[in-house]
Amino acid sequence: MSLEKLELFEVFLRSKRGLDHKHAGSLHAEDKEQALEYARDVYTRRSEGVSIWVVKSSDICASQEDDSESFFDPSDDKPYRHATYYDIPKEVGAM
Amino acid sequence: MAEYNKSEAELEAVFQQKIDSEQKIEPKDWMPAAYRKNLIRQMSQHAHSEIIGMQPEGNWITRAPSLRRKTVLLSKVQDEGGHGLYLYSATETLGIARSELIAALQSGQAKYASIFNYPAQTWGDMGAIGWLVDGAAIVNQVSLQRTSYGPYSRGMVRICKEESFHQRQGYVIMMELAKGTPAQKQMAQDSLNRFYWPSLMMFGPHDSESAHSAKSMKWKIKRETNDDLRQKFIDQTVPQIAYLGLEHPDKDLVWNEEKGQHDSGEIDWDEFYAVINGNGHSNRQRIQHHVKAHEEGAWVRDAMSAYQQKKLQRKVNAETAA
Repeated sequence: MSLEKLELFEVFLRSKRGLDHKHAGSLHAEDKEQALEYARDVYTRRSEGVSIWVVKSSDICASQEDDSESFFDPSDDKPYRHATYYDIPKEVGAM
Repeated sequence: MAEYNKSEAELEAVFQQKIDSEQKIEPKDWMPAAYRKNLIRQMSQHAHSEIIGMQPEGNWITRAPSLRRKTVLLSKVQDEGGHGLYLYSATETLGIARSELIAALQSGQAKYASIFNYPAQTWGDMGAIGWLVDGAAIVNQVSLQRTSYGPYSRGMVRICKEESFHQRQGYVIMMELAKGTPAQKQMAQDSLNRFYWPSLMMFGPHDSESAHSAKSMKWKIKRETNDDLRQKFIDQTVPQIAYLGLEHPDKDLVWNEEKGQHDSGEIDWDEFYAVINGNGHSNRQRIQHHVKAHEEGAWVRDAMSAYQQKKLQRKVNAETAA
């Protein structure tokens, strides 16, 4: 495989045990094992992570920014899904 | 990865050291078989409770007294379905299939919170369930945010955040009934009376009787004991009942100045064990309904799979044509 055609991988780092993996960036690699090593080399040079996930970018199915209005708007008119919608008197304590 | 070269005893020492220093255990870490088994039991029981818990409230969606209340109730039941999904998925990270978990629920081998075997008879019950049942669940879940298993802990954080409206909407229903007509106030009192004690039972047996507690505490699967969590709930509920102007169902409840908490009457443990062992009012109905819904949904799953096949075939045809 020529250098231009290397697969693109997305890199996710867990900065501390117990936290979620967060997207850190991407890189090119021949395969997933190599991607993992590269990710260690380029994304955790200052101990940014205790765990790394690499995923082929082409395997990520993402929602489209342009469609986001119709995609997400069903939850825009439902304020009653939030706790602050309900007035609770102070006397009864935190709820 | 290197830790797999160690002996079982060394692995267990490393594991316990992680637990003791408040580090989370993640799916690919080595863990004792009993830890895994204990988690699968507790997490799947939690997931089943969310799913079975949709039934008593789902029963009232069509009968909610206004459109606003219908949408609120519908939203709450949707949340329970979503929470069941989070918990099943987190349980699956332990290497068990969803189908195995569902089979264990339907055969009665796995349990769910026994509170859902009590029928929801009146609109007041929608208030009492949100306020007391979700309230008790939240006390437990807030504590479980610090559980030692990473995926369970993160699931609890998300669930607690989403669930904050559940208890409040229930309490608002109770406030409206309590300041309504005498008949409405009576309805609120009746719901409180029926759901108060079963809510206390949600925390499980006394610590001295609890089969799983000691190990679960050592492994930090549970962070506070059944009795400690129950006491928190009892104490926080007292001013809430007083504000509603309702009578407290526990006639033995007194403030203990020395302890800084309430002393309370004893739970009817015979009732607790009878309901857990299948003899509550709605046990059979809950499982039958689950089985029925699952079977009646088979055509949807079949249709999805058939559509997937069709899409694949179309792709193949397009490629051969080209």
